[in-house]
Amino acid sequence: MVIGERKPFDEIMRMAEGLKKIMVLGCGGCVTVCLTGGHDEVRVLSSQLRMARDKAGNPIEIIEKTIERQCDPEYVDQVESIVPEVDAVFSMACGAGVQFMAEKYTGKPVYPSLNTTFVGGSKKEGYYVERCQTCGECKLYYTGGICPIARCSKSLLNGPCGGSTKGKCEIDPDVDCAWQLIIDRLKSLGMMDRYEDIMPANDWRTNRDGGPRKMIREDFQR
Amino acid sequence: MSVECKTDSRLEKILRSGQFAVTGECGPPRGADPEVIRKKCGLLKNNADAFNITDNQTSVVRMSSISSSVIMMQEGLEPVMQMVCRDRNRIAIQSDILGGAALGVKNMLCLSGDHQKFGDHPAAKNVFDLDSIQLIHAVRTMRDEGKFMGGDEVKGVPKLFIGAAENPFADPFEIRVPRLAKKVAAGVEFIQTQCIFNLKKFGEWMKGVVDRGLHEKVFVLGGVTPFKSFGMARYMANNVPGMDVPEELLKRMKDTPKEKQAEEGIKIAVETIQQLREMKGISGVHIMAIEWEEKVGEIAQKAGLLPRPTV
Ligand code: SF4
Repeated sequence: MVIGERKPFDEIMRMAEGLKKIMVLGCGGCVTVCLTGGHDEVRVLSSQLRMARDKAGNPIEIIEKTIERQCDPEYVDQVESIVPEVDAVFSMACGAGVQFMAEKYTGKPVYPSLNTTFVGGSKKEGYYVERCQTCGECKLYYTGGICPIARCSKSLLNGPCGGSTKGKCEIDPDVDCAWQLIIDRLKSLGMMDRYEDIMPANDWRTNRDGGPRKMIREDFQR
Repeated sequence: MSVECKTDSRLEKILRSGQFAVTGECGPPRGADPEVIRKKCGLLKNNADAFNITDNQTSVVRMSSISSSVIMMQEGLEPVMQMVCRDRNRIAIQSDILGGAALGVKNMLCLSGDHQKFGDHPAAKNVFDLDSIQLIHAVRTMRDEGKFMGGDEVKGVPKLFIGAAENPFADPFEIRVPRLAKKVAAGVEFIQTQCIFNLKKFGEWMKGVVDRGLHEKVFVLGGVTPFKSFGMARYMANNVPGMDVPEELLKRMKDTPKEKQAEEGIKIAVETIQQLREMKGISGVHIMAIEWEEKVGEIAQKAGLLPRPTV
């Protein structure tokens, strides 16, 4: 899933400066699962904002709402009647959700309340880790199911650099060396011969470097 | 190993003629004053066959490796131009390879590069379009096949003797020989190793290299760094990723009175070189005396490596 973190409160306060009425819009997708942008978090942020603005003698009116997904026009349409009533929308979705809202409601400012951080999963409740950088050409076959692009700090494709120490990355003793994990796994799978193949220079066209990407299912186009 | 030289590199000539090679290191200044390099060159001259010019080492901004290499050549020394993958994509890398070769550089060292987190610009974006193995392959293809990575013809190939680094002490240990094999398959011609303090572990790695016959395909230069003090030894043991300093060496430095520690550090370096010379598969040494350039000559002298051959 896409992981997001709430922006610092001060930054959100600054974006809300001068606004009298806003909608704080949650998303029922990934950010609900990672506990940063769902129904509950909409309530928390809204009360924080109300309290801070009351304290400053400059109250703000807030409509709280959460839709199924903000990255889907069908759901984005559901707030059509509310948007005209507010000065701005504070989206608690990932960057994709914010933009789907902004694309639909062209005349209304839509602001991000989260920093979208990575594609990953939860190790346990409240603990999220990065796993994929959406390079567009998955290499996990060669690397024992562990991604060198997302998990090696230098995205090295042919093995660990000289800084790998006791299974940890040179940048931080808390970060696992992706290549240590890959080697351990290839070994346990009896696939160490895969390490000896040279991975050629990557074709980054499928990555963001090739420009914005799209995926079209022709069979669904009419 | 082939005795036929592919370039005009003096380092290549020495290695291919079967003589024990010595390389040193020179870090460019954090400013535009060429005199800093000229001064270091004065200290280093005739004490080794070629000298690495580092490329923004530890991710701290310095004068570029190419321009420092040129200044070094003006002083009559032979540079090994280092190039890291951290800061340039394949377009810039190939362009700099052509530029370096056009300016007369004859050796190049292909490295991935330290992470920018360690340097003075931790907020920088890193590139890593290529890794060091892909970089080796790129320069080798440019030189020997006259082709850019994109497939077009190189008009006027860069005659560079191609090197890389290898750290036998980093983890996981069991792939350190296979990793060298990958570099050899990619086209590397000489290797400089990480500083060797743990000779026993290095010997194990070297045995793996020899068992696979890699020493017949690549020249291995053992890395040697003198301790200036016990403090430095301890720092290297604890704070430099991928460095292996055995307890007994630390103790030896610690038990030496402070004013004698530098001397002891040099003694250890000389002993290390002597042991490396006995080891099968070692073609030379790479003496890294960081900001202690004046000692390279003394170490080489005491290890019986001077005068350097003329080729
Ligand atoms: S190789 Fe690419 S697609 Fe596969 S996990 Fe890594 S970044 Fe994601």
